[in-house]
Amino acid sequence: MALAIVRLRHLFAVVMLSGIYSLLSAGIFVQLDAVDVAFTEAAVGAGITTILMLGTLALTTDIERPPVQRQWLPLVVVLATGAALIYGTLDLPLLGDPNAPANLHVAPRYIEESGQEVGVPNIVTSVLASYRGYDTLGEVTVIFTAGVGVLVLLGGTRRRRQGKDRT
Amino acid sequence: MIEPGLYNYWIVVILMMAGFFIVMSHGNLVKKIVGLNIFQTSVFILYISLSKVSDATAPILDEAYSEYSNPLPHVLILTAIVVGVATSALGLALIVRIREAYGTVEEDEVIAQDPDL
Amino acid sequence: MRHHLVLRVVAKLLIPFILVFALYVQFHGDYGPGGGFQAGVIFAAGFILYGLIFGLDQVKKVAPPVLIEILIAAGLLLYAAVGVAGILLGSTYLDYDVLRQDPVAGQHLGILLIEFGVGTTVAAVMITIFYNFAGRGREDR
Repeated sequence: MALAIVRLRHLFAVVMLSGIYSLLSAGIFVQLDAVDVAFTEAAVGAGITTILMLGTLALTTDIERPPVQRQWLPLVVVLATGAALIYGTLDLPLLGDPNAPANLHVAPRYIEESGQEVGVPNIVTSVLASYRGYDTLGEVTVIFTAGVGVLVLLGGTRRRRQGKDRT
Repeated sequence: MIEPGLYNYWIVVILMMAGFFIVMSHGNLVKKIVGLNIFQTSVFILYISLSKVSDATAPILDEAYSEYSNPLPHVLILTAIVVGVATSALGLALIVRIREAYGTVEEDEVIAQDPDL
Repeated sequence: MRHHLVLRVVAKLLIPFILVFALYVQFHGDYGPGGGFQAGVIFAAGFILYGLIFGLDQVKKVAPPVLIEILIAAGLLLYAAVGVAGILLGSTYLDYDVLRQDPVAGQHLGILLIEFGVGTTVAAVMITIFYNFAGRGREDR
């Protein structure tokens, strides 16, 4: 799917494919037990992002110009980086290993104690909102800033233009 | 059922490199954002696959289960997805402004029009 | 889009359910999958669908941009205010245990409030982004 996106130059098809790709990755997340994440990915990736991309295409153009320069340099860089990363994965824990370092640090405490301490069955919610509430505050601030940024970039000129009309 | 193995990382690497290749080799800015999204999703899959525990269930407490997957990466990625769409929207807004200023969304045409870049 | 009868009827049928489902996800996030982030996105999707089918002017009548822009800040402020409430009640920032007599009830209240703040901000930001992208397109034509 991703490889098709690399080749296609018709951007409308690219956007549709990336929506489907999002939905597929939501399926992967369900398979990996991350129901909350899958839910978000399906709603955000397949829904909102696709609409935004289409909105942008409507404002710009939907055909990509054929590339002029040869693409061997990026390809070499990508292959080298990919090979290095694959070499790095050989030391990583196997998929589903309960003794992987990531699963032994603070996670057991969250799983065992959050039932009594927070009293919310969904551990993801209790970690998100309570144990790591400060992080989530930061995330919401980032979203707030992005929203303000879009307003400044796209909404600001509209008002200025109206102001000019009035004078 | 999911077999143990390293193949999840290889899928992540392939997806990541596909996104990386798009970002580097394509001049079209919308395509670059799509490439970044693919790259981003590959990182999400990496984190979520790290949190998977064999024979465990989703981290919602219930009497019937005792083994749960690691909830912490889920939290990180959950917020990262929403932040990701907000930042993509910001990038797309910038593209719209670039299109209005230069009349094109191809990177080299923008550079050709503006000698200061 | 204004002339597609099937789209209009189906959208009218679906939008109330989308909004109710978003509220369910918002307030049921403690017990099942869900929470402020997802609920905000789904809620915004309901409005965006309305805007796509019935036009931007109609949806702006239902949810005026000024109100939405206020809600962006209100959600974030609600979140921060819950943290400050923890300080005022003699504990640390974002510690919900002191919001009620019983720590667990306090945690419940705190999580409910900040999830609501998150949902408000996320929904408002998504609707704002949609307004700006869609509004920009019509002016140029």
